[in-house]
Amino acid sequence: MKERLYDVAILGGGPAGYTAALYAARSGLRVLVLEKYAAGGQMTETPAIENYPGLGEHAVDGFTLGARMQEGAERFGAETVRTEVLSVALGEVPKRIVTDAGEYFAHAVIIATGATHKHLGLAEEASLVGRGVGYCASCDGMFFKGKTVGVVGGGNSAVSDALLLSKLAKKVYIIHRRDTLRAERVYHEKLKNAENVAFKWNSEVVELLSDERLTGVTLSHRDTEQKETLLLDGLFISIGRRPETGLFLGQLAMDEYGYIVAGEDTETSVPGVFAAGDVRAKPFRQIVTATADGATAAYFAEKYIASL
Amino acid sequence: MSVIHANKDNFENEVLKSERPVLLDFYATWCGPCRILAPILDELASEHPEYKVVKVDVDAAPELAEAYGVMSIPTLYVIRDGKAVKKSMGALPKAQLLAFME
Repeated sequence: MKERLYDVAILGGGPAGYTAALYAARSGLRVLVLEKYAAGGQMTETPAIENYPGLGEHAVDGFTLGARMQEGAERFGAETVRTEVLSVALGEVPKRIVTDAGEYFAHAVIIATGATHKHLGLAEEASLVGRGVGYCASCDGMFFKGKTVGVVGGGNSAVSDALLLSKLAKKVYIIHRRDTLRAERVYHEKLKNAENVAFKWNSEVVELLSDERLTGVTLSHRDTEQKETLLLDGLFISIGRRPETGLFLGQLAMDEYGYIVAGEDTETSVPGVFAAGDVRAKPFRQIVTATADGATAAYFAEKYIASL
Repeated sequence: MSVIHANKDNFENEVLKSERPVLLDFYATWCGPCRILAPILDELASEHPEYKVVKVDVDAAPELAEAYGVMSIPTLYVIRDGKAVKKSMGALPKAQLLAFME
């Protein structure tokens, strides 16, 4: 067990996880990061990051930034194991983490598992993924050159997806259930210059139409409940995120949406367990707020270990 | 074994005529989920010589992507005796990838 016993185990290798790893490793702790894919988390789907400070005029893609965060932490001795976490026993001493690469133990655990795409929850949605329905415009947009596509959502990522698609597709519809966008102003300006983007305000997608692959959607107007059929070759769903917290159900306090309840000190309802980044219940989820959480979690994890 | 890169010139030899089952990955250099999957494919190729891991860049070989009806990346296929027997879209963790190969 000794070689698999760490001071801090960090679940998730996005910006929160690797910042926690950086700070904990620099404090001289023995640090393990468990990540099922390459580093970066949700950032890896962002082709150009412009709102992380220090980049100057050089936007960076999220995959590269994630890889650099990993390098930065490993330079000070943090270890990474690429494996999927299957279950956790957060109440045991030391805490136990079961992965598909065996068991690991740690005095403190920092949960930085992040969030993932939310689904519309419609019949056939899952079976149409890759056949017209997608969640990553920067990945699959190129398959819709000259086609007609829809983007569901009104936040930054929906508008960013619509702008990217407007350069490839013939026509892009932004389908939003409200009558104004939630996206930041900088995106509104860019939208004005995208002539092939149209809006379906106050509209919800209530049905996916398909014939082997997606052929269109049925929209329902929120006030009048009037139905409309919109013919589409592709539909990108960008309606927000849900936290990756299924593993911790019944062990940690969560809010009604499944985010882990922890204050600015990142301490959860279980001593020695900290929540950092998008997985934590908080008002604003950004790369900078994730890295801030990571540093804070490492600081309090170190204090916790010193108190043992 | 390391990962093999295929294009239309070597696809028949490397994939269709392979004696080992092939894990075929359609990807692009700029696709985030493809890139996070890449180190797992490298590990699989070196740890499981009973399989052959072949990658196809959809920008360099659009005709192969079209022939396989790829509309989303990454798209993974298991090819046995030249035939596509399984298909999966999106990145998968290693244990699930191994289960997919079986």
